Amino acid sequence: MYQTNYHRASSVDDAAAQFAKGTESKYLAGGQTLLPVMKQRLAAPSDVIDLARIPALIGIEVSGDAVTVKAATTHYDVAGSADVARAIPALANLAGMIGDPAVRYCGTIGGSLANNDPAADYPAAVLALGATVKTNKRTIAADDFFQGLFSTALEDGEIITAVSFPVAAKAGYAKMRHPASRFALTGVFVAQAKSGEVRVAATGASQDGVMRVPAIEQALKGNWSAAALDGVKVSADGLMSDIHGTADYRANLVKVMAQRAVADAG
Amino acid sequence: MGVEGIGANVKRKEDKRFITGKGRYVDDIKLQGMTFAQFVRSPHAHARVKGIDSSAALKMPGVVAVLTGQQIVDDQVGNLICGWAIHSKDGTPMKMGAWPAMAPETVRFVGQAVAVVIAETRNQARDAAEAVAVDYEELPAAPNIRAAIASGAPQLHPEAPGNIVYDWELGDKAATDDAFAKAANVVSLELTNNRLVPNAMEPRAAIASYDDAEDHFTLYTTSQNPHVARLVLSAFYNIAPENKLRVIAPDVGGGFGSKIFIYPEEMVALWASRKVNRPVKWTGDRTEAFLTDAHGRDHLTKAEMAFDKDNRILGLRVSTHANFGAYMSLFSSSVPTYLYATLLSGQYNIPAIYAEVMGVYTNTTPVDAYRGAGRPEASYVVERMMETAARQLNVDPAELRKTNFITQFPHQTPVIMAYDTGDFHASLDAALKSIDYAGFPARQAKAKSEGKLRGIGFSCYIEACGIAPSKAVGSLGAGVGLWESAEVRVNPVGTIEILTGSHSHGQGHETTFSQLVADRLGISIDQVSIIHGDTDKVQFGMGTYGSRSLAVGGSAIVKAMEKVEAKAKKIAAHALEASENDIVIENGEFKVTGTDKSLALPMVALAAYTAHNLPDGMEPGLKESAFYDPSNFTFPAGTYICEVEVDPGTGKTSFVNFVAADDFGRLINPMIVEGQVHGGLTQGIGQALLEGAVYDDSGQLVTASFMDYAMPRADDVPSYQLQHTTTLCPGNPLGVKGCGEAGAIGASAAVINAITNAIGTNKLEMPATPDRVWHAIHG
Ligand SMILES: Cc1cc2nc3c(=O)[nH]c(=O)nc-3n(C[C@H](O)[C@H](O)[C@H](O)COP(=O)(O)OP(=O)(O)OC[C@H]3O[C@@H](n4cnc5c(N)ncnc54)[C@H](O)[C@@H]3O)c2cc1C
Repeated sequence: MYQTNYHRASSVDDAAAQFAKGTESKYLAGGQTLLPVMKQRLAAPSDVIDLARIPALIGIEVSGDAVTVKAATTHYDVAGSADVARAIPALANLAGMIGDPAVRYCGTIGGSLANNDPAADYPAAVLALGATVKTNKRTIAADDFFQGLFSTALEDGEIITAVSFPVAAKAGYAKMRHPASRFALTGVFVAQAKSGEVRVAATGASQDGVMRVPAIEQALKGNWSAAALDGVKVSADGLMSDIHGTADYRANLVKVMAQRAVADAG
Repeated sequence: MGVEGIGANVKRKEDKRFITGKGRYVDDIKLQGMTFAQFVRSPHAHARVKGIDSSAALKMPGVVAVLTGQQIVDDQVGNLICGWAIHSKDGTPMKMGAWPAMAPETVRFVGQAVAVVIAETRNQARDAAEAVAVDYEELPAAPNIRAAIASGAPQLHPEAPGNIVYDWELGDKAATDDAFAKAANVVSLELTNNRLVPNAMEPRAAIASYDDAEDHFTLYTTSQNPHVARLVLSAFYNIAPENKLRVIAPDVGGGFGSKIFIYPEEMVALWASRKVNRPVKWTGDRTEAFLTDAHGRDHLTKAEMAFDKDNRILGLRVSTHANFGAYMSLFSSSVPTYLYATLLSGQYNIPAIYAEVMGVYTNTTPVDAYRGAGRPEASYVVERMMETAARQLNVDPAELRKTNFITQFPHQTPVIMAYDTGDFHASLDAALKSIDYAGFPARQAKAKSEGKLRGIGFSCYIEACGIAPSKAVGSLGAGVGLWESAEVRVNPVGTIEILTGSHSHGQGHETTFSQLVADRLGISIDQVSIIHGDTDKVQFGMGTYGSRSLAVGGSAIVKAMEKVEAKAKKIAAHALEASENDIVIENGEFKVTGTDKSLALPMVALAAYTAHNLPDGMEPGLKESAFYDPSNFTFPAGTYICEVEVDPGTGKTSFVNFVAADDFGRLINPMIVEGQVHGGLTQGIGQALLEGAVYDDSGQLVTASFMDYAMPRADDVPSYQLQHTTTLCPGNPLGVKGCGEAGAIGASAAVINAITNAIGTNKLEMPATPDRVWHAIHG
């Protein structure tokens, strides 16, 4: 790790102010992505501003219509929340499938979304549920938030404060784990909104990061069942291909995981 | 057997220290005035080093020195050696290129060191290493066997035309050709044995300290065999004479073979410590471990087996290309030859075998012994062949094996080995029963109705362990003898220190060896201490690898104990005024049989050291040593049967059951043995399903971290069902065979046989990732 200056922020405003002072500042939440990268000397922030203990960024609020997870809430807290499990069980399941216990105790939803790893789990839920990402400056719709590999709508220094997930009529998540990293080799989140709208998002598959899957959405719109997807063909165009999965294999996984997610959603 | 003697499941003495963080590993050691080394490593698989500019690095804070490959050559530090001479078919010796500890002219794999920075702190060394400017001229690379043997392939070493180190053979070619000529059926197979990264939990590390007053070096290092390290450093690398070089391998966190070898980093640390006249510490990080620890396996093989009309094997023909990487590591030459082809007879009567092996240089990390070393590769060939043959000949795979099992011992195979004992039917039968083989078709049908593909696969492995008779390995080209030494010191109050040339890096020697001694004397294991891993304390010894510690090292302890007991009996007889032949040792007492007269061990020991009343002419003291050279290899063998379920939607394999029926001879601590089997099986399963080192076309290691190199985790492996069928090894006084490698040797074939049985196609390479299995199913 290169030398860096560490600051523990007391509030969101304090964090933003500290950020502005550094020449190359970075926010730190759970550190599960940033710290390994710094240890390998692949990142050299001048200043690290720790958000993880800002009280306003921690906690979960559930109303009849929405589950709001504040940005520095850990995967462990989401996975174990009885309120989340009642309102959107698939979301709690998803959080429980991230990494391993050590990662879940530290890693946060804000860090995961800000990082937008193409194989991360949360982006699939955010996109399929049509969640909104709240920041210290504005509110960003899921469809606008993700902008390709490791890239988001966040501006320099902008802080995610919370994510608000509309409670769906039905939602399910299925994930094929990457054999080595245990991220999503492909994960699919299916959701049917209370309005009846069907949204399906796949992570780990596309070269552009998390994506909607219109072919599957179409098929599920008329017939919400795993069997409805039997005849669906997912194109391998634009999907990732590496030693752990070729593009055609991932295309297959998008369909198979979608079927399992529908079964999971009930 | 006492509660702590042979056969008792005693909890490991060493675990308290390991589990509570009190272990003392190389990186835990800090010496006064210690500096830190950071290597400057090649980012290219093949390049000429045109120049190294250290000027910026030398000006950085804390930098003590920047040393280069040219300097180490100028100082006449020896090139790295390969300690086992192999000759090609035409009688020519293997063709080795030079391997300097840091490359002065040419780098041949990504990660090869070209320079080292010595600085006051680890971070300063790292910072400065980034500032060393190396001017490389990239050369075309040959990153795998096929690329290296293709016509027009880039040449790695001028000494080895066509990148071929040797073209070796074993067996009777004419007799094998005859066998195939009369065959009713011939089964053929092409296999890849995937390259593995050892991934010991503790990365390699070294601290070298030079004392200019004494002109003496001390090296703390992560070694499985500190004496061999000292020998090689002294005799071949010109570091210092043996009496001026102390090598200490303290607690070592796993090795799996990768810590047998003497690596450039230790050599450089020693050399640098004299140059800067300060202790030098190097601790490898995980990336360095991926890039520079000797990798394992990496074979391409074509095999054919000939059968008569009754499905009896007539002959086996095997042709293998073995990847050595860019340089010949210490024992690499022996691994795909004498540790591989000599096991190709498996558990079967095979009248004729012919094997040829081409050793190939490639622009990759050097390859050497890794848990099993040659024997997993052999077992994989033979056992995939048997399963393939059973399918092709349309016979039950268990029956085909039974038809061909060796049942008479000793048995001389056509490939050097003389199996001393075994009962292959017993282990197969035990495994068949345990897995309920008869019930498999019903289970398979039920799984099918649930949309799952169920398969069962066998592996009847045999291995040659307890390496090895020195005379035999000497005649095959080994540069060392493979005996072991032991010294037994009985202290004046009767406690016992055992000094062994074996080295524990996770195996539990402190417990097993104590049990062995406790059992002989009828004392508690707390009264016995095991000392190993320090060339200043322990007489010359050969170290731990090849499942040899108990069979060879333990036998040496027995031999030394016999001498101690004989002397102690004389002392007791003298004191008790009895005949030495009437003395028996029980519960820590020397008893006169048939009387109530006895003398406790502490009293005998005290008598030996006070020397007030010893038999005439007897030397004081109670301390003996022994060197034990085995008369043969040992032959652990067994049957593994694996039942899997494959998800046709994802290609993912799950275990339904895994049965291991092993014959290790006598078990000293069954719990430790089971731990060894669990670990070995998990490594075998790792190779079969998950692990594989992959280089891209330019020679970059794609799987250079745990994000891409998949290690087995607890939920990847089943709850193993272990069985033991026992035939005692006649070759050593303990009747033991060794258990350290069996799992890794036998498991892979069982897993792949089960998956190919489930999916109905034989075309499947390791690691059988979900992606590969899915493609095998769906084309
Ligand atoms: C071994 C391992 C396994 C993993 N497995 C998985 C997995 O299976 N699935 C998965 O999805 N993820 C996985 N992860 C990643 C994990 O989920 C991380 O927690 C997550 O990617 C980052 O969250 P963090 O809180 O640790 O963020 P940090 O590492 O602290 O930060 C990550 C990035 O986000 C920025 N950031 C953090 N918080 C905010 C905020 N509130 N506003 C703006 N920017 C912010 C930081 O500046 C940084 O750039 C794994 C990680 C590890 C180490």
